[in-house]
Amino acid sequence: MAETTIKEPAAKKPANPHIENAKNIFKRLKKNKAAMAGGILILFFILVAVIGPYFVPYTAAEQNVLNKLQGPSAEHWFGTDQLGRDIFSRIVHGMSITLYIGFFSVFIAAIFGVIIGIVAGYYGGKIDTILMRLMDVLLAFPGILLALAVVTILGASLNNVILAVAVFSVPAFARIVRGSTLAVKELEYIDAVRALGAGDSRIIFRHILPNVFSPIIVQATLRIATAILTAAGLSFLGLGAQPPKPEWGAMLSDGRNYIFEAGHVALFPGLAIVIVVLAFNIFGDGLRDALDPKMKS
Amino acid sequence: MTTKLLEVNNLKQYFPIKGGVFGRTVNHVKAVDDVSFYVNEGETLSIVGESGCGKSTTGRAVLRLDEPTNGNIQFNGENLLDLNKKEMRKKRKDMQIIFQDPYASINPRQTVRQVLEEAMAIQDAVPKSERVDKMMELLDTVGLGSHQLDRFPHEFSGGQRQRVGIARALAVDPTFIICDESVSALDVSIQAQVLNLLKNLQQQYNLTYLFIAHDLGVVRHISDRVAVMYLGKIVEIGEKKEIFDNPKHPYTKSLLSAIPVPDPSHKQERIVLKGDVPSPIDPPSGCRFHTRCPFATDKCRDEKPELRKTETMTGTHEAACHYIEDIEAGRHKAAE
Repeated sequence: MAETTIKEPAAKKPANPHIENAKNIFKRLKKNKAAMAGGILILFFILVAVIGPYFVPYTAAEQNVLNKLQGPSAEHWFGTDQLGRDIFSRIVHGMSITLYIGFFSVFIAAIFGVIIGIVAGYYGGKIDTILMRLMDVLLAFPGILLALAVVTILGASLNNVILAVAVFSVPAFARIVRGSTLAVKELEYIDAVRALGAGDSRIIFRHILPNVFSPIIVQATLRIATAILTAAGLSFLGLGAQPPKPEWGAMLSDGRNYIFEAGHVALFPGLAIVIVVLAFNIFGDGLRDALDPKMKS
Repeated sequence: MTTKLLEVNNLKQYFPIKGGVFGRTVNHVKAVDDVSFYVNEGETLSIVGESGCGKSTTGRAVLRLDEPTNGNIQFNGENLLDLNKKEMRKKRKDMQIIFQDPYASINPRQTVRQVLEEAMAIQDAVPKSERVDKMMELLDTVGLGSHQLDRFPHEFSGGQRQRVGIARALAVDPTFIICDESVSALDVSIQAQVLNLLKNLQQQYNLTYLFIAHDLGVVRHISDRVAVMYLGKIVEIGEKKEIFDNPKHPYTKSLLSAIPVPDPSHKQERIVLKGDVPSPIDPPSGCRFHTRCPFATDKCRDEKPELRKTETMTGTHEAACHYIEDIEAGRHKAAE
């Protein structure tokens, strides 16, 4: 007994590469100041979306027509709009709508995109050709135009905007996942499990999916920014969230009519959109560099 | 006494080359072109040849990792190419493969435990309750410690990883294992260890090996019989001793003359071949070796030589050359 215990040194738990890897990614991410700022901003936005509405002084729909189109003041930080509603409160209330659209549409797009990408990349041949040409057709449309078409067909509502944004985000995921799948499926360990008699579903879910995960995450982060922008655009055109929902794009549209007398009505929702989109973009960029240091140019 | 475990007849593996706007097949890479051989139970048949000659492709085709274009693969008396997908997956329990690159052949995200567990689970080779015991036994067999069970591939050296690869292959109790350049990626001292391990395992479990290699020293060490491939065809096959001591095909001779002899006073006549291996897309007519063979004649350009036996060969030795006797008798001289 004693002999066997000597051989095993004081059970030093071998480092789990998943945890090690995550640590390394975070280390590289921390070096990128811009990306960290983006990440912190995103966390802050989420916090605002969840608890913000309980702290702002007004509700989103509370009107005070006597106080309409007031400039920023101590009482109304960002001023009031044409119906006397507090713009600051509306922006805080609108945060959850914006994030909801961003996260949810990208989530739907990622699910379909990943399925299409893996199936096309793994099976190849005709299936690949058909699926990817279909994706090319979607890609050929400018995103906002495609989203417009979808909303026009389905009707203007918040959920349809999510659907529309999801539809035009699918090809981006499908392409990236297909590319990574093509690379991973040629690796020898895929052959090894195939030689053991593993079926397609085991190979796809246990061996390919985990290895194409990081490009998916990066793409998702970057896509959220695009999704938010497109959704705001649709609402601006009156095809998204309907009044009195405090959607930023719609607020921007409201402010357009008063842009010379009361520029702040359009300015603040516009700034909010810019900051959120910027935060997701720089965080996504930083994440890409951190996940794949070799790719950094 | 000797039964054929694996018999391959007229195996062809053509890979299409797509071209043009509509991705039509414009040509084929004839990686393996009409190859026949057999492996007896419990023996090791080595396939040697330079890179690109189709030896690995042959191995992959036998396991149907790539679907062969044509041919007949009898394993235990059953044609593998007649099996459907599901039947083939069951059959894979009996035939395993050990790959060349120990760094690429194990999923970097799986621990040894997960790798072995998965192998057993796929084939349901071992009941769940006995799997851990079996894993310990496997690790012990391949020379790893049981404390290494929960380690990830990156924590092992190349040689150790190759042992994990061997353990994975053994996990389903196969009777036949293809070693696809299994030791080429290891350094020489580790090569010897792994080769000896493979030899011991063969005796212990009565395994049959199809050993694919380009290193003639390794082949000499491990094989019972040897097949020499050139450009998708077998040019010579036979018992190891025959091939090494009594080679008949000009290609085999030049290949063997390339083995270094660890003796500075040894003056060896090195047969250096001219030119490069022709493209397998459009292989030479007649004998495929005629473009580089010092003995080539018009007959070689026109007629395909078949594997045949002459009086000076013993055992199962066969070679595919028109001029075996003439060259031996000195009637046919090499062109300068």
